[in-house]
Amino acid sequence: MNENSIPRREPEQQQRRAEMRVRPTGPIVPSANVSGHALMCVIAIMSFLACLTLGGVSMVRATAQSWQSQISREITIQIKPDDNLDMEKALADARDLALTFSGTTGGKIVDRAATARLLEPWLGEGLDLDELPVPRLIVITIDENNPPDFAAMRTALTETIPQAFLDDHRTWVDRLVAMANTTAMIGSGVLALVFSAMVLTVVFATRGALSGNRHIVEVLHFVGAEAGFVASEFQKHFLRISLKGAGTGGLLAALSFAMASFWQSRTLATPESDQATALFGRFAIGYTGYLGIFAIIIVIALLTTLTARLTVMRTIYEIDLIRSDPGRTDTYQS
Amino acid sequence: MSKVVTRDWAVPLIHFENVGLRYGMGPEILRDLTFDIPRRSFQFLTGPSGAGKTTLLRLLFLSLQPTRGLIRMFDRNISSIPRDEFPMLRRRVGIVFQDFRLLDHLTTYENVALPLRVRGKEEASYRADVLELLKWVGLGERINVLPPVLSGGEKQRAAIARALIDRPEILLADEPTGNVDPPMARRLLNLFLELNRLGTAVVIATHDLSLMDQVEARRMILSQGRLDIYE
Repeated sequence: MNENSIPRREPEQQQRRAEMRVRPTGPIVPSANVSGHALMCVIAIMSFLACLTLGGVSMVRATAQSWQSQISREITIQIKPDDNLDMEKALADARDLALTFSGTTGGKIVDRAATARLLEPWLGEGLDLDELPVPRLIVITIDENNPPDFAAMRTALTETIPQAFLDDHRTWVDRLVAMANTTAMIGSGVLALVFSAMVLTVVFATRGALSGNRHIVEVLHFVGAEAGFVASEFQKHFLRISLKGAGTGGLLAALSFAMASFWQSRTLATPESDQATALFGRFAIGYTGYLGIFAIIIVIALLTTLTARLTVMRTIYEIDLIRSDPGRTDTYQS
Repeated sequence: MSKVVTRDWAVPLIHFENVGLRYGMGPEILRDLTFDIPRRSFQFLTGPSGAGKTTLLRLLFLSLQPTRGLIRMFDRNISSIPRDEFPMLRRRVGIVFQDFRLLDHLTTYENVALPLRVRGKEEASYRADVLELLKWVGLGERINVLPPVLSGGEKQRAAIARALIDRPEILLADEPTGNVDPPMARRLLNLFLELNRLGTAVVIATHDLSLMDQVEARRMILSQGRLDIYE
C-alpha cells in the first residue's frame, strides 16, 4: 500500500496500536463445532463396537480352537473284562504297545480308584469293580501335529488283546471342528456386518459434518485456493477428529478386555468365573487382539480422512460444474 | 505453478465479445455483451434489480461460463483454460461479495489474510502488510474481532481489504455501499478511488445513483440483458 495514503496517527493512537497484538492464527477449518463433536462421538461409539466385536470374535475362535485341541490331544484304549484276561497285565501291555507308535507322547492307566470315581455319579460310592464287568481305560496323549497311525495301532491292539478297543475321538473331534468352524464363521459374519456398519456410519457422519462447512470450501475456492489445499485443510481437521474418536473407542474397548481378563484371573475357581469361562472362554485377547484394535483405529482414521478429502474435492467439482453449466444454480445469483 | 502477469498495457484486462448467458432452458439473462475492462479503469455497473448485474460479475469472476460468445481474461480465452488453472486466474481478481462472505470463526485479521494463507505464505511475511491494510480501511482497532461482532460497514471494509490484500489487477465489488450509511458510502468510494489511483481496475455494481454522481466515471448500464456503456 502507498505509505502516503495512510492517515497520520496521533502519538497516543500510535502507542495504543503498538500494543495491539494479533492473536495466534486459528485453523482455517474451525476446530470445534456441534457437528464435529457429534462426528467424534459417532466415531468413538463405532470404534468401540468394532473393537469389542473383533475381540469377541477372536475369543470365540480361541475357545473353539482350544476345545478342538484339547480333545485332539488324547486317545483312549478301552479294555473290556473277560474271564480269561488278566486285566492289569492287559492294561500294561496295551499301554506299552501304544507307546511304541511314533506320535504318542505318554500313556496313563486310569486306576481302579479313578475308574470308580468316574462311575460314582451313576453307581454311587463304595463301588467294588471286581463285582461288575466294568471296562478299564488307558489315556494316551499324542502329538497333535504328528498323530500316530490310528488304523495300524487299532489292528495291532486287536491282534494282541482282542478285548481292547481304540477310541481316537474322531467323531467328537469332527463334531467339535464343525461347531468351532460354524461359531468362527458366525463371528466373522458379525464382524463383517459391524465393520460395514462402521464404514457406512463413519462415511455418512463425515459427509454430514462437512456439509455444515460448505461455505468455508466456497470462500477458500473464491479467494484462489487450489483444490488440493482446501482438501488438505479439511483432511487435517477430520484426521484429528477421527484419531480422537477412534482412539477413545479403541482404548475403552482395550480397557474393557484388560479389566475382564484381570477380573477373571483374580476370581479363578469361583462359580461366577467358572460360569463366565464356560460361556465365553478366557477374556484375554492377546497381543494380536490389541494389534487388531490399533488397526481398527488406523482404518477409521484413514477412512474418515479419505472421505473428507473426496467430499471436499466433490464439493469443489460441483462448484466448478455450476461455473461450466449456468443451468445449475446455487445461492449466489441475481 | 507461477503467477503469469501480462505486461502489455494496451491489451484490456477483460474482453467480452457477443457474450450471452441463460440459466438452463430459461430466457437469456445477458445478451450480446461486447465490452472491454481496460487496465487501471474505473467503472460503475448499474441497472434495475434483476437486470443481471450479479450474473455479469460472476462471469467476470470466472464463477460462471457464458452459454455463448467469447471472454478473454488477462489475454487468455477462458473457454480453453484447464480447470486446475482457474485458482491462479482468480488470484488476479479481487471480489467483494454483496453478503461479504467472511468466515465467522476467523478474526478480521485472519479473514483479510486468508488469500495469502491459501497461497502458502508464511504469516511473518504478510503480517505487517495485513495490519497496514486494516489500518488503511479503518479497522486497525478491530483486528482480533470476529465478524459477528462487526457492524455492516466494518464487515464491508473487511471484505474489501480481503479482496485487496494480494494486490489484484481488478477489483469487482457487488453493491459495496448497500449496507452502509451515506458518510460510510462516501468513505468506501474514496477507498476505491485511492485503490484505482494505485493502479487497480475497479468495477462497482450498484443501484446507488447518488454514489455514481459523486465521480466522473464510466457507466455500464444493464437493462433487459443488454449493456449500454457511457464513457
